[in-house]
Amino acid sequence: MDLLTWTYLLVGVTFALYIGIAIWSRAGSTQEFYVAGGGVSPLANGLATAADWMSAASFMSMAGIISFSGYDGSVYLMGWTGGYVLLALLLAPYLRKFGKFTVPDFVGDRFYSNKARVVAVICALFISFTYVAGQMRGVGIVFSRYLELPIEWGVVIGMAIVFFYAVLGGMKGITYTQVAQYCVLIFAYLVPAIFISMQLTGNPIPQLGLGGEVADGVPLLDKLDGILADLGFEEYTAGKKSIPDLFMITLALMVGTAGLPHVIVRFFTVPKVRDARLSAGYALAFIAILYTAAPAVAAFGIYNTIQSTSEKSINDLPPWVTNWQQTNLIGIEDKNGDGKIQYLADPAANELRIDKDIMVLASPEIAALPNWVVGLVAAGAMAAALSTAAGLLLVISTSISRDLFKTFQPGISDKKELRIARIAAAGAVLLAGYFGINPPGFVAEVVAFAFGLAASSFFPVILLGIFSTRINKEGAIAGMIAGLVFTVSYISYFKFISPELNTAAHWWWGISPEGIGSLGMALNFVVCYGVSYLTPAPPKEVQQLIQEIRIPKGAGKAIDH
Amino acid sequence: MSTSPTKMERYWKKNLQTLAILLSFWFLVSFGFGIIWVEELNTIRLGGFKLGFWFAQQGSIYTFVLLIFIYVYRMNALDREFKVNED
Repeated sequence: MDLLTWTYLLVGVTFALYIGIAIWSRAGSTQEFYVAGGGVSPLANGLATAADWMSAASFMSMAGIISFSGYDGSVYLMGWTGGYVLLALLLAPYLRKFGKFTVPDFVGDRFYSNKARVVAVICALFISFTYVAGQMRGVGIVFSRYLELPIEWGVVIGMAIVFFYAVLGGMKGITYTQVAQYCVLIFAYLVPAIFISMQLTGNPIPQLGLGGEVADGVPLLDKLDGILADLGFEEYTAGKKSIPDLFMITLALMVGTAGLPHVIVRFFTVPKVRDARLSAGYALAFIAILYTAAPAVAAFGIYNTIQSTSEKSINDLPPWVTNWQQTNLIGIEDKNGDGKIQYLADPAANELRIDKDIMVLASPEIAALPNWVVGLVAAGAMAAALSTAAGLLLVISTSISRDLFKTFQPGISDKKELRIARIAAAGAVLLAGYFGINPPGFVAEVVAFAFGLAASSFFPVILLGIFSTRINKEGAIAGMIAGLVFTVSYISYFKFISPELNTAAHWWWGISPEGIGSLGMALNFVVCYGVSYLTPAPPKEVQQLIQEIRIPKGAGKAIDH
Repeated sequence: MSTSPTKMERYWKKNLQTLAILLSFWFLVSFGFGIIWVEELNTIRLGGFKLGFWFAQQGSIYTFVLLIFIYVYRMNALDREFKVNED
């Protein structure tokens, strides 16, 4: 069968599977819609969390980013996994014991204030919207590259699918679809990685192949260091970024990960506190399978790309190079007219432009794997984008129906609340689709925003809310606002207002906008503490609540208190 | 006048101790081995890897997974010891 048929077949079969699961597990009550009835097993929740977390960017772009930044790319690997340690140890078990449905629920109750709740809702909505637009765009890109459809049609089809299972199924539908999506995406990621690892190093395990030797007996990473240095680049295993910047970016990503509402809410779906701890462990183990394979895919990809293009005749390139030239992900310009490609660090002399997504998307072709593997990678990328989009849409709809409507209209019936949640989800799908078709020019920049905001707003107040009995509402509100305003101003200044000044020389203490969330977090902690000690302690009921969430005993299902 | 710590206070203190130990390992393998001391560790080799690079792109992640499972095991034992477990 040809490539296009395989791709249509595999993408079609996985879509049918997701829709089937959604019909089988659709939600009948608000409890099922928000937290899947609180009856998800820790293993299933671990799988669902892993799919929820790994987005189009993790699947398609992360390996490519590492390919071109080498050691510096480690910030993403450590940052996006280390956050789960914080989540498992510091947040998940206590939030599960608290036993409600959303992050703003916790902030509102713990800080006995609807103002604090509204600030939290605004943060949650902002973070989720910036993220979901990127996912929809990802779906559109996969459609256009593999299925030869316009991006707009890809986005519309993606919207229709997500609409179907997120709006109908709620958290219950999403959870079981995400379990299936994890299986699809990890299989799709590993198959090409294993084949390429075998071809290059003879070791079928990519994580070990990364430390293996290429055909002439030299370790792959040493070979890569040498090749890149010859072409004028930094060595692969050395970095360009300063230690303080690496440190701050990693910290911001870790803390931001732990503070993302669509990840936190997954831990409300398990029956017990013990299950919340265990399922965080499962989630990270499943995530680690992809995250430890990614640096191998990255190194194999850049090695193969250079080997098959550098100093090669333009008329005699491998077919995958010419294929991806057509989608404009590879660009070749023979500047010195010698009929060969020079891939060099110097932009004036470099003749090869490679998009970072190539490292994953073209990997089956680079390794000359059969057509079904190409179709599989397309289905995997789609699974990664759809699963994350669905999780985010749920946070958006819950924020609107529960944290806004229910808070200010406590009398509404369960049935009406469920209807509002569904309408909100539908509205969010349409808005996300709009941004997927007409992406704001700053899609890449908003990722820094989402993590910076989660790090500087949610993480400190949730943490202090659990581990301190003295922190009060004045402190929490002041802390969140201080962290937010500081982080948003810093990122906006360097990304939008004066992008020409966005260099290490102008940054405060050499901290890039990507890492500033760490400082915003520190500011939030300081303000939160300071203001709390200058104002009265929280009331007795709240002190009681804190003591209660600290012990596992007595956790019921997540319910509406 | 001093009062002996209640059962709950002792449970919470032990919990905090567990967290402190596990989080110091979390910090050590990522920020320590992967970033601050990466150049020193890169002079040591682990097969085809430089050790610092290995910690930054592989070792820290394996350690994170291990830390969570140790935490789960340790807390389950602590919950039973203080009879605050759920069943």
